[in-house]
Amino acid sequence: MNKLFETAQSIRAEALKMIHAAGSGHPGGSLSCADLLAALYFDELRVRPDRPDWPERDRFVLSKGHAAPAYYAALGLRGYFPREQFSSFRRLGGLLQGHPEVTTPGVDAPSGSLGMGLSQGLGMAHAARVCGRPTRVYVLLGDGDMEEGNTWEALMAAPHQGITRLVALLDANGLQGDGPVEAQMDYGPAPEKLAAFGWRVQEIDGHDLGEILDALAAAREAGDAPTFVVARTVKGKGVSFMEHDNGWHGSRGLTPGELETALEELEGSAR
Amino acid sequence: MTGQLAFWSPGEQVSLREAFGRVLCHLGETRSDFWLFDADVAGGTGAKPFADRFPGRVVQFGIAEQNMVAAAAGFAEGNCIPVVAGFASFLMMRAHEQFRTAVAYPGRNVKVCCSHVGVDVGPDGATAQMVEDLAVTRSIPNVTVVVPADANELMLAVPEVLDLDGPVYMRIGRSPAPVVFDRDHRFRIGRATVLADGRDAAIVATGTLVARAVSAAETLRREGVAVRVINLSTIKPLDRDTLLAAARDTGAIVTAEDHNRHGGMGGAVCEFLSQHHPVPVEVVGIDDRFGTSGEAEDLCRHFGLTAADLVAATRRVLARKP
Repeated sequence: MNKLFETAQSIRAEALKMIHAAGSGHPGGSLSCADLLAALYFDELRVRPDRPDWPERDRFVLSKGHAAPAYYAALGLRGYFPREQFSSFRRLGGLLQGHPEVTTPGVDAPSGSLGMGLSQGLGMAHAARVCGRPTRVYVLLGDGDMEEGNTWEALMAAPHQGITRLVALLDANGLQGDGPVEAQMDYGPAPEKLAAFGWRVQEIDGHDLGEILDALAAAREAGDAPTFVVARTVKGKGVSFMEHDNGWHGSRGLTPGELETALEELEGSAR
Repeated sequence: MTGQLAFWSPGEQVSLREAFGRVLCHLGETRSDFWLFDADVAGGTGAKPFADRFPGRVVQFGIAEQNMVAAAAGFAEGNCIPVVAGFASFLMMRAHEQFRTAVAYPGRNVKVCCSHVGVDVGPDGATAQMVEDLAVTRSIPNVTVVVPADANELMLAVPEVLDLDGPVYMRIGRSPAPVVFDRDHRFRIGRATVLADGRDAAIVATGTLVARAVSAAETLRREGVAVRVINLSTIKPLDRDTLLAAARDTGAIVTAEDHNRHGGMGGAVCEFLSQHHPVPVEVVGIDDRFGTSGEAEDLCRHFGLTAADLVAATRRVLARKP
């Protein structure tokens, strides 16, 4: 578990370095989902970084595409591409686009427009079913995804269509672009609504790696319904001056001093 | 054992959506690589015979087109071909972003086939009559846009559409339309066909306007005007050679489509010719208006899409020749 925590902190550090180098990006929502990404890429997913297009692999869709820095950090640390590529984030001709696109090794679906990720994951699960592949599909959503009608169409469809090897994880950090979710559009109470839609719902602390792994294991065991993990998280998690401060949602970079302080905090807690 | 695909005879009146159902059933017997994605409209799109015959190869989404199109992108990622059928307004317009970002951007092998297009839709009126679909599909990178002219060409086109590795938008049609091509017609994506030769002017038509263009050319021929008739069955990529030859040989082009005059096939032809061989062009289509209720044939008259309108447009373009 310590190793997984160190990995999550590395994902955070690399994400912030990427955003600093690029001069822009989305630090808050990258930090809030780093533990979920660490658990997925370093414990749960059956993938082969040496062969990103292995047909039988598990699929992962980052529906909240603005968390791309954390996603790229996880992929790079997992070995999909050299870490030197981190510096290409958001640059012309770079491997790492501002939001995920499928030419990046390991990226299974494009994103950056909220609300389309769960549907794409649903389609992947369908294909695996009709082809008899053991593939499981994981989709990471943000609060904003829950306000898009497209997401609720997918939530309605998956249980109706009998799709079971589909796991949605909600990085519920409670803050969206311009303010708190309760102020912009309160989509809750999520667990009750999702259960009513026919999903197997688990509510966890999205920064407790033990709870995350347990939830993923339980989802794997459950064969009767798709699973929705509501992960309560903190936007900006791991960097004291970013936590709960929506000024760090996106569009601003980090000064060298801010980056230095952030990396010291992350390294200190990982030690 | 699979039966022969039964074609219709030229001159018969057949809805293209009926041909769509027939060819899907036929292909369902011989290939197992495609599935029908439906949003509770299989009865309307013509796909119902396939759905009845191959219920295990239908993925039903209910009336939720955004989810259906984005799910089709994910399905295609797994090397299965989704044939997503619906009414253009509700499918291509509502799920346009899903088509653009989830399907076209990664180049997913998804086939979107829409039955209710243009004023050919008839009495349902403007909400169901999409007169913008060619504009909003051909402006998306990676997308191939196919518009069969009649029931027989549609049946020849569908296997080619399935064999093309990439996103395709195919325009079908609802109302009965005259069969133009016989079973020996050769359909190829990206290749237009010349139905009549002539060097005074050329009518470049697409979809159900092709039969009207043939009829207009016959009228003009009796008056001594030799009109080349071109069936532009692929709107993207354009058959540049055929268009260039028509512009060079005739120096006067009429385009004809059941679509808004803005952004459609006529626009595509003008974009190309204006840069490579500028000649006078008359764009026949719906004059930037919404559709309305009425029988399809009456609507064609109402919006100026008849053979007589094409004759008049040809006379106008001839008068503009330098």
